[in-house]
Amino acid sequence: MAPTLVRIGTLVIKEFLAILKDPKSRIVVIGPPIIQFFVFGYAATFDLNNVRYAVLDEDHSVESRELLSRFQGSPTFRLVGQLDSDREIGGLIDRHGARLVLHIPQTFSRDLHAGRPAQVQVIVDGRNSNVASVALGYANAIVARYNADRVRTFAGRAPTAAGPTLQLVGRAWFNSNLQSRWFIISALGGLIAMIVVLLLSSLSVSREREFGTFDQLLVAPFRSGEILLAKALPPMACGMFDALLLAAAAVLWFGLPFRGSLLALVVALSVFICCVVGVGLFISSLSATMQQSLLGSFIFIMPNVILSGFTTPIANMPRWLQWGT
Amino acid sequence: MNALQRSLMRLRGFLRKETLQIRRDFSSIALALVMPVVLLFLFGFGVSLDVQNVPIAVVLDDPGAEARDLARRFALSNYFDPIRVHTLDEAKQLLDRRTVDAIVYVQSDFSQRLARNAETPVQIIVNGTDANQAQLVQGYTLGVLNLWSGQRAARGLPAQPPAVTIQPRIWFNDAVNSTHFLVPGLVALVMTLIGVLLTALVIAREWERGTMEAILVTPLRVGEIMVGKLLPYFVLGMMGLGLSVGLGRVVFGVPFRGSFSVYLLLSTLFLLASLGLGLFISAAARVQFVAAQASIIAGFLPAFFLSGLLFDLESTPWPIQAISHVIPARYFVSASHTMFLAGDVWSVLGWDALALGVMALVLIGLARSRLGQRLEG
Repeated sequence: MAPTLVRIGTLVIKEFLAILKDPKSRIVVIGPPIIQFFVFGYAATFDLNNVRYAVLDEDHSVESRELLSRFQGSPTFRLVGQLDSDREIGGLIDRHGARLVLHIPQTFSRDLHAGRPAQVQVIVDGRNSNVASVALGYANAIVARYNADRVRTFAGRAPTAAGPTLQLVGRAWFNSNLQSRWFIISALGGLIAMIVVLLLSSLSVSREREFGTFDQLLVAPFRSGEILLAKALPPMACGMFDALLLAAAAVLWFGLPFRGSLLALVVALSVFICCVVGVGLFISSLSATMQQSLLGSFIFIMPNVILSGFTTPIANMPRWLQWGT
Repeated sequence: MNALQRSLMRLRGFLRKETLQIRRDFSSIALALVMPVVLLFLFGFGVSLDVQNVPIAVVLDDPGAEARDLARRFALSNYFDPIRVHTLDEAKQLLDRRTVDAIVYVQSDFSQRLARNAETPVQIIVNGTDANQAQLVQGYTLGVLNLWSGQRAARGLPAQPPAVTIQPRIWFNDAVNSTHFLVPGLVALVMTLIGVLLTALVIAREWERGTMEAILVTPLRVGEIMVGKLLPYFVLGMMGLGLSVGLGRVVFGVPFRGSFSVYLLLSTLFLLASLGLGLFISAAARVQFVAAQASIIAGFLPAFFLSGLLFDLESTPWPIQAISHVIPARYFVSASHTMFLAGDVWSVLGWDALALGVMALVLIGLARSRLGQRLEG
């Protein structure tokens, strides 16, 4: 038993040296994951801020100003201009001048006073479909609040107190401010760790193979299991280090709540990293050159990023793909 | 034979060597041709930002006919996949176990309040882990409620339609189909993979194996080496582009409203910028392992996260927006969205083309000077 451990120990040291001795690859293992985490942590969000909108108010009434002031007060929207005619809308949206135009027709206040449903036209730039639908959702929520307040103010004397009003009371659990950043960051650490581990493990064997040093390893008195283990341990250690570092950063920097136990996280991460190392070494053993193993890793990374539910809900996928995950 | 002819002859030989090299290593062609297909199918079928068939639990504490009618409305909507649950506690357990994504709770005084013409609250509890989806689910629930009260009004029952309604018009993508938004962006990702990743790796391998030195001592000039190295990958990149656009249009029915010649010009500029970055990385790193990591960090990940391909750039904090201005993919994704969905809008495309052109010049210039340094060193 002891000689096996010694042999594995020496090989592990050799592998660590191979990663850490080259200054360039040392930087690659430690620096970028951290930079990526912060840059992408801030970039990767589906929340909307500063949706630039323009207003075409053809009504100029107290009511229209009241409704518009609610949009101005919302942190989601940012007013960038007043339009004078509906001919300007097309050009403005086309050239990304505004992403949303609120068009209040002349009949707005007249309809309101007469008790007819008053309509506001909202024109959205659909090039980013997600922004379009979420921004519309916010606009709807603002209008719904306006309606509810109106009913309350005019209760009893409004000309249309003809029936009950339905009200939606919304609450979100687990993430009560509905920050999508929380959702994405909690997975981002794992994702970055996965890329590091996969690259390290898949490139390690094929690099040796390309340089011919793998043959030297094979003729040395190591069993294949020992080589495998020694190849697997350093990437695992690096990946674990990255993942835990990023998890700590998520909690300390981005203020994510951590509601599970640390032990459970470590166990889950080790199992996950083990799987990834296994895949990496498998790819590595199949390919003769580093280019091939990198390509193999990519084919593994892409479905993982996309199908893991990292950015998009798994429930949205077609049934057969859901099984595939 | 004048200088130009000699140069062309040298170039022809070199190009032949490069082409053979690509043809004999299947993985380069695989990256150029298989990757777009894999990516498009994964994104096309696997990624949908639209919310459909969300499992929800409907709890009716009011057994009245009106509450049941409202519950049926949820069943009719194709946004929701409701199951009836008897108690709120049961529903909360389902939400905890992620069996459902939201709970619609109708309180026991629902019909009473309706009958009294009072404000009638309907509660929705959503799982906020996926904030984007939670937001949309709340919006759709509001839509179902409005639809229901509209129907009541149509049947002559007392119902107050909302005073102000929004009439949405979504331009360029009226069905809010997220595939139409994703496919144009994917083209940028495919070209980045070919232009940066593949190029950086292949050339770094030549450095590592020492065959680059062999090329450097031939009578080839630096400019000729660069053209010879980049042209084959340029062709591969353009093939990837054609494949992605073709598949996007035929399989996923994404419209293309701009003109192809303008798109070709823009993608040429973008591909040149990517190739320049790839060449620069390989000349600076010289080791495949580092080149691979660097091209993922400088090429692939920014093209995915900071280009507006999936995440909206305008909602990010300003330092991130500032960084995104030096990412070529950002301009190409913007141009691509506009060309596919809106058409030739010169005020957008002009700036994008200018930015891409400048970046292509700078990156290729950097790569050239880096390559030149190595020649002497």
